[in-house]
Amino acid sequence: MTGARILSVENLSVAYEDAGGSYNILDDVSFTLRKGEILGIVGESGSGKSMTCRALMRLLPSSRLRETGGAVRLEDGRDVLGLSQDELSEVRGRRIGMIFQNPASHLDPVMSIGRQIAESIRYHRKLGRTEAWAQMLDILRQVGIPDPESRANAYTHEFSGGMRQRAMIAVALACDPDILIADEPTTALDVTVQAQILRLLQQLRDERGLSIIFITHDLGVVYQLCDTVAVMYAGRLCEYGPKHEVIHHPRHHYTAGLVACQPSSEGGTGLVPTIPGQPPSPRDMPMGCRFHPRCGAADALCAARQPPLEESQPGHSCACHHPADLVAEAEA
Amino acid sequence: MSGAATIRTRRICWPGKVTPLVLGAGILIAWLLVAIFAPLLAPYDPIYQDAAVRLQPPTWAHPLGTDNFGRDILSRVIWAARIDLQIAVFGVVFPFVIGTVAGSISGFFGGWVDTVFMRLIDVVLAFPFLVLMLAIITIIGPGLGSFYIAMALVGWVSYARLIRAQFLVLKNSDFAMAAVSLGYSNTRVMFRHIMPNAILSSVVFSMSDAVLVLLNGAAISYLGLGVQPPVAEWGVMIAEGQGFITTAWWITTFPGIAIVTLAMGFSLLADGLGEAFGVRE
Amino acid sequence: MNRYRFVLYRPIQLIPVLVGISVITFVLVRSIPGDPARVLLGPRTTESALARVREQFGLDEPLWLQYFYFVKNLFKGELGKSILYKVDVLKLIATRIEPTLVLVIGSVLLALLIATPMAAIAARRRGSWADHLIRIISTAGLGFPAFWLAIMLILLFSVQLGWFPVTGYGRTFWDKVHHMTLPCLTTGLALAAVLTRNLRASMLAELQSDQATAARARGLPETFVFWRHVVPNSLVPTVNLLAVNIGWLISGSVVIETVFAIPGMGQLLVRGIFTRDYMVVQGVAMVFACATVLVNFLADILTVTIDPRVKL
Repeated sequence: MTGARILSVENLSVAYEDAGGSYNILDDVSFTLRKGEILGIVGESGSGKSMTCRALMRLLPSSRLRETGGAVRLEDGRDVLGLSQDELSEVRGRRIGMIFQNPASHLDPVMSIGRQIAESIRYHRKLGRTEAWAQMLDILRQVGIPDPESRANAYTHEFSGGMRQRAMIAVALACDPDILIADEPTTALDVTVQAQILRLLQQLRDERGLSIIFITHDLGVVYQLCDTVAVMYAGRLCEYGPKHEVIHHPRHHYTAGLVACQPSSEGGTGLVPTIPGQPPSPRDMPMGCRFHPRCGAADALCAARQPPLEESQPGHSCACHHPADLVAEAEA
Repeated sequence: MSGAATIRTRRICWPGKVTPLVLGAGILIAWLLVAIFAPLLAPYDPIYQDAAVRLQPPTWAHPLGTDNFGRDILSRVIWAARIDLQIAVFGVVFPFVIGTVAGSISGFFGGWVDTVFMRLIDVVLAFPFLVLMLAIITIIGPGLGSFYIAMALVGWVSYARLIRAQFLVLKNSDFAMAAVSLGYSNTRVMFRHIMPNAILSSVVFSMSDAVLVLLNGAAISYLGLGVQPPVAEWGVMIAEGQGFITTAWWITTFPGIAIVTLAMGFSLLADGLGEAFGVRE
Repeated sequence: MNRYRFVLYRPIQLIPVLVGISVITFVLVRSIPGDPARVLLGPRTTESALARVREQFGLDEPLWLQYFYFVKNLFKGELGKSILYKVDVLKLIATRIEPTLVLVIGSVLLALLIATPMAAIAARRRGSWADHLIRIISTAGLGFPAFWLAIMLILLFSVQLGWFPVTGYGRTFWDKVHHMTLPCLTTGLALAAVLTRNLRASMLAELQSDQATAARARGLPETFVFWRHVVPNSLVPTVNLLAVNIGWLISGSVVIETVFAIPGMGQLLVRGIFTRDYMVVQGVAMVFACATVLVNFLADILTVTIDPRVKL
């Protein structure tokens, strides 16, 4: 990646606190995002991928969750976690936009799409009613909503699933942010509509230089869309690097398992392999490497010590005592 | 700091450790004791008229003052607890029983029986309940008995609707199906298996309904169509004192406070029970 | 606008309810013991008047035919004459509608004006002392007898402070406003207790909703999100709540009109009961029931207007 660093997440940690104690939900998560880069964050549900994005937007869904450490640096060096409410408002609308898995519930059902977009434009750019409305129509056109003049007055429930997601992207892009966080935006969509939305995101990256953090549990989508991949397991980053590197030469056994689980298009007839066991609960995290109870290559060291995230090749890092490709080499 | 955007998810908590359930039950038990031991607690006869002490403000002899007939307000408030508790209980029990029977028949059998009941309920609900009650009392004449009859004729619809709705859900539930497939008769399924579940939400509702019934009974007595003077009842006392508010505020004030506290007891108990059983109104 | 098509066919669906209302009021008055003609005309009447009523309402015919006469007269707008006022009941009611309408509408407006900020404070500062205070006040408010609250307000605002008249309705517009403030405040406060509890609950749900999170993610400040996205969405169920409570409001207005001696339909009803003016009682009960049905219909139209998702 050649673009300038636009966002860097440094050792971000989040804990859930209640009467029973404090549990780590996110532990020491670090990654960077460059201009025009699409970063995919992959993991099972509960791995902390959505929580990472909520945390860096300061939108944690409960007051019992709090950021316990780390920093989220913007291009200008400011830390999002230390911003005042006013600064946060500015960052959320104009620097970082966010889209969600379920656009039907994340758009205001009793306000028209056009008014929701125009509202953000008017608030952030201090524009008049007519100017904001004109800009809003322009954005609707850019995200590929046909006949924006009449669709602007429609309400969420009057849109189809794909159009809703486009509308949601339009809402997020209203104030021309540099970064778009997409939290499983295509999971609830048909495959054909999913492909259209992915193409739209790619197009927005190419035309606007938008940087995207794309959260998904689907490695296939990552392969199609992203430049870099971060793999998360049980609130920790276990592998991080360029897409081809990570998917073709996975080093962490969890990533290797995920790759093996992908149904291949070459027409394999056997059962899709699965990773045995269940991801751990935050209240009951295993010592050492959190993946070790499910890992085939685990030994006493894995159960005793948490492996650090180390860069083994330039840009490709992995948190494993016995990296998969090295094991394979040794066996060969 | 997680920003103003996040919302506290803590369970509803009341100041201190006093839950609505405990507070509500405490208030109701207190009033129940007052009603039971009225003869011991009341310093005077509630209907004894002492011309020497008419319209006296609160004194040591008469802590809540006296009315225009020289009757002791404290004694009247205490004795009235018997009547008003009775209003809240019977005004709920009769509609509860009628509504439960009607609602379960309607919900269990469905078909034309259900249609007839639902239409009847729609029509009764179209009338503002106090208006319909007053119309019924007009025909059968004023008095406490008439109030109970009118309350039963008008109030059953809420319970019938509630029970019917519960029946419709529970009828198709797994355990009712299982009971029928085990060969139990309709009535057995209805009363042994469905009823206990359906009745729970009615019991919670009846607590908040008791508030309405109490206020209703007091209002009808205030209008002069319920409990008849000289019997001590809080609504009657307020009506009697209204003419003297400029000179003797205590006649109307204290019976009103009594109603508010008793009603609050029922409200809190309804809140507490609703929370405990997870029933929403 | 096919979402509004129900406006055309709903009135047809309401016919059974309206027939039911007429049957109940008919049965109520006919079930009074004694000669129905004498019951309707009161003790002091002439033989010729009795004959006229017997003929008009078919009182010598079988009961089902009497109902037919009753409905026929209803369509002609004749509900019989009031014994006390010697005028046709419908005309009498027409002169009494305005004060009752002012009382009900004024109470709803005041209740919204009181309940919305209360619920907003309680919901936005959940768990704070302000929230506890508002919850305690609104729970206590549920148990306030309106007639007693009215007297207490009179004691404070009319007797002590002298700001408002004790009773009556007034003639000019401002005179009426002056007279109706305390009555509207009384029922408004009682209604506000119910509204605050419900609004608080729906605001809390909306504050945690996905759409509010998404609005925050767009960088809109919390106050902005609250008033533009949370409040409009939590007012939708409130319209329904108000419609459900219209019968309760009318019941309240009957008592409040008596306390403040306001010449409305409620006072007419209560006087009718005491003077055994059965035609008046029957007429007022019927008009109140029809008004309840009408208000629910209007509430449906309003719900469709403010919530684009609703289809009826």
